[in-house]
Amino acid sequence: MARIVVITSGKGGVGKTTTSAAIATGLALRGHKTAVIDFDVGLRNLDLIMGCERRVVYDFVNVINGDANLKQALIRDKRVDNLFILPASQTRDKDALSQEGVERVLNELSEDFDFIVCDSPAGIERGALMAAYFADEAIVVTNPEVSSVRDSDRILGILASKTRKVEQGGDPIPGRLLLTRYAPERVERGEMLSIEDVGEILAIDLLGVIPESQAVLNASNAGQPVVLDEESDAGQAYQDAVARFLGEERPLRFVDVPKKGFFGRLFKG
Amino acid sequence: MGIFDYFRQPRQKSASVAKERLQIIVARERAARSGPDYLPAMQQELLQVIRKYVQVDDDAVQMNVDREGDCEVLELNITLPDDKE
Repeated sequence: MARIVVITSGKGGVGKTTTSAAIATGLALRGHKTAVIDFDVGLRNLDLIMGCERRVVYDFVNVINGDANLKQALIRDKRVDNLFILPASQTRDKDALSQEGVERVLNELSEDFDFIVCDSPAGIERGALMAAYFADEAIVVTNPEVSSVRDSDRILGILASKTRKVEQGGDPIPGRLLLTRYAPERVERGEMLSIEDVGEILAIDLLGVIPESQAVLNASNAGQPVVLDEESDAGQAYQDAVARFLGEERPLRFVDVPKKGFFGRLFKG
Repeated sequence: MGIFDYFRQPRQKSASVAKERLQIIVARERAARSGPDYLPAMQQELLQVIRKYVQVDDDAVQMNVDREGDCEVLELNITLPDDKE
C-alpha cells in the first residue's frame, strides 16, 4: 500500500509544483518507489519542472478514460531510479477527473508504489478537491505573505472536512506546513512574517522551511528538480524536508541571517 | 538613513501589521466555517423582521455561535440607530 500525500496551498505560484517535484525526487533518491501525479488538468506543468515535457504521450485523463493503461502513461525519470511521473491532461473539460476514475488509478498505483505524490492545482475547484480527497496526509505550501497564509488556512478547512478519511468517519488527515520563499534578512528587519508568526496563525506542524533562492528558478529553467542541486540552499532544505517527512529529526537550516564579521559590521550599508 | 531617523518614533513593522490582520481575518473565517449552514439565511431573515420596526443597516446584525462546554450559545447583537435621528 502506498502512502498518498497531497501537495496543496490554495494560492497559486507559491511553489506547489516545485515542491511536488522536489519531494517526489527526494523520496525516490532514498530508494522509495514514487509516482508524482499532476492534477492540474488543462494547465499541465509538472512535466516541465521534471524535464520530461517532450516524453509525454499519454496522460492522467487518458488512463481514467481507458485510452491508455498506467504503464503506457507513466514516464520513468531518466536521472533517478524508482521515480515516475503521470502528467496532467491538457483537456479543457473540467469534469475529466471523475472521482471513480481517480480512485481506480490511485488504487492501481498503490499496488506497487511506496509513495504517491499528488500535485494539486491552485484554487478549490474539482482538481484541487480530487488531489486531496484520497490523501493520507498533506503538505501545505505557504509563502510568508498574507494572501498565501489566508488561503492555506482555507485549504486546511477543506482538508479537515472533504477527504475520504473524514467522510468514512475517520480522523482528518494530518497536514504539515512547508514554508517557502523565506528570506531571513527581511524577517529580521520586520518586513516578513516569521516562521513563528505563520506557525501561530495556521497552528500545524512544520515540515520545513525553504529559503528564497536563485537555485529554484535555475532548476525550473533546466527542468531539474531543485533537490538534485545538492550544493544549493534550497536543494538542501528540500532534502531536510524529505528526511523529516520520513520521520527523521533534522534541525532547521537557512532560517537565520548569517552573522557578519567585524569588517562586515563596519561597512554595513 | 539620515541621522534624524534615529530620533523618530519607530513605525510599526509591516510584518506585525500583517500578523495582526491575518489573526483577525483567519479567526473570523474559521468561525464562519464552523458555524451551522443556516446561519447566513437566518441572519438575513432576522434583518428583515427587525426592519419592519426599526430601520437598521445591513451590518447591524451580528451573529456568533460559540461552544461553551456541552452548550452551544447563539449570540445575537443588534445595533439600533440613535433615537435622535
